[in-house]
Amino acid sequence: MNYEFLMASAIGVLVAGGIYLALRARTFQVVLGLTLLSYAVNLFLFASGRLVLNRPPIWDKAVAEYTDPLPQALVLTAIVITFGMTAFVVILALRSFLETGSDHVDGDTVPCDAQDAIADGDANADRGANQP
Amino acid sequence: MTPTTFIDHLPILPLAIPALAAPFALLAMRRRQGLGIAISLVSCLAMLGTALALMARVSDGTILAYELGDWPAPFGIVLVADRLAAMMLVLAATLALIALLHAVLTRADRKGWHFHPLFQFQLMGLNGAFLTGDLFNLFVFFEVLLIASYGLMLHGQGPARLKAGVQYVVINLVGSSVFLIALGLLYALTGTLNMADMGLRVAAIAPEDQGLLRIAALLLVSVFALKAAVAPLHLWLMRTYAVSTPAVAALFAIMTKVGVYSLIRVVPQVFGDGAGAAAWVPAPYLFPAAMVSAAIGFAGVFAARSMAEQAAYAVIGSTGTLLIAVAGWQAESLGAGLYYLMHSTLAAAALFLVADVVARRRGSFGDKAAPGPDFADRSIVGLMFMAAAIAATGLPPLSGFIGKLLILKSLTALPDWGWAWGVILTTTFIGVIGFARVGSAVFWKRTDQADATAPAASRADLAAPIIALALLAALSAGAGWASAYANAAAAQVLDPALSAAAVLREGAQ
Repeated sequence: MNYEFLMASAIGVLVAGGIYLALRARTFQVVLGLTLLSYAVNLFLFASGRLVLNRPPIWDKAVAEYTDPLPQALVLTAIVITFGMTAFVVILALRSFLETGSDHVDGDTVPCDAQDAIADGDANADRGANQP
Repeated sequence: MTPTTFIDHLPILPLAIPALAAPFALLAMRRRQGLGIAISLVSCLAMLGTALALMARVSDGTILAYELGDWPAPFGIVLVADRLAAMMLVLAATLALIALLHAVLTRADRKGWHFHPLFQFQLMGLNGAFLTGDLFNLFVFFEVLLIASYGLMLHGQGPARLKAGVQYVVINLVGSSVFLIALGLLYALTGTLNMADMGLRVAAIAPEDQGLLRIAALLLVSVFALKAAVAPLHLWLMRTYAVSTPAVAALFAIMTKVGVYSLIRVVPQVFGDGAGAAAWVPAPYLFPAAMVSAAIGFAGVFAARSMAEQAAYAVIGSTGTLLIAVAGWQAESLGAGLYYLMHSTLAAAALFLVADVVARRRGSFGDKAAPGPDFADRSIVGLMFMAAAIAATGLPPLSGFIGKLLILKSLTALPDWGWAWGVILTTTFIGVIGFARVGSAVFWKRTDQADATAPAASRADLAAPIIALALLAALSAGAGWASAYANAAAAQVLDPALSAAAVLREGAQ
């Protein structure tokens, strides 16, 4: 098995796990899923310059062949952006949980009036009671 | 050629102005709010001036390619200003001024800490997305405008916003991942990220890689469709827009248009006739998806429970109508679509602002589509709502009518024009009924309930929606000039050789 297979299967496993978790109902799993997905994307971007072993990305007199430096720069940008985004979504999920009392991404509707609010409160209470 | 005079640096100004204004507004807001607001307003005015100057420069068909750091095009990063980009810049700056004016007059900007800096960063992202000639920078500017939009969307806080905010952020993070995968594939296949260069290189892709190219193109188009809120990728939009601060929602009216703009920019440039398996790749899917979006949008207008929700559905419907015109990729229908794009952005903003004006006057009844007690300025606000509804549905005399008429006329050249006509005319009718229903509930019927919480009337908040409506009237009065410009922009964007020549400057100068 060569390293291309290793890389490809790693990306595949990360994407599969990421998609599975991103489709879960609770924010924590969704955030983890997005993180896995962004790891997979970073590896994928890195591989888009072709996999080359033991070659420098920058110019050197002694070296004849190089690896493509551009994907590395792109990955760096992507890492910075996704890192910031992940930090943001963690805080947002926490805030949302603390203010609405539910960590479901999509489960509960926003209370439109008092009646809805009461119904939601009951639903939350039930769900809480079922938890271990 | 090294840019030497000030005028040569014009294309960078729409990025530099908000990038400078944002930190200064941030610093000023800590001590002197008035100064921060002034910085923000002056920055928007300067952007509008720059955008108009750019428009004047490119209106003769020149394509300005601005090389950052003076690195030549396929290697360095370029900004490209053509007719379409200039048009979008003018539209963004105009909309920003209206939204900012409304936020300042209604004191909505005082509800949170960082409204003005975020607003400026949002504009920087928008302007960058319109100007960039580089696919990776399109991603970066998308992220800039998204990060700012997360902050703006959550401005004012509250559980409803946080709930919608989580969904909005998550869906956009997934979109960003897909965007990056598409970029990685395209870079691996073509070895470039410059759009003009990529457009030339896709023709030389080996037959065994055609499948990959097609996948990359479809992924990229899906991301743009997600941003444009095309069915079935529209579900994030309603709640996000309906719960946002209305001034912010008015600015967001252009966010879906960024997705449409990216489609119009990237598809003819990169996935045009020479792209092999990926040639005009969204064509078979975009047309039905656009018709479904128009139907869903105006059905939502019909069924909406509040005015802000109705405006959000109107955004989806108008994007659908716009994409029906775009999906044929013909110069004439694309030109009609671009005219309708200008119109529908302003009309959506006007709807959000009128909804806010009503909500501010009805106290606890808000903008719900239900009769409430009498409120201040009922008749004038009612007239404003009627004008905005006329614009949004496309009835005469406002520019929506001209836009839809141009679209209908240009579509007759397409084979499936019967479907498109049926959808556009039916959705218009459904939209008219929907707006009439909400308008009669809010402005005609009244209950005798006294509402003690109705705030004291100040008419300052009428200014921004009136300006938006006046601009719509101006767009109908100047329809000849505007649609001629839109047609020229469409013809220019559909000829990728023009921008390739301007950007890559092979051997010239």
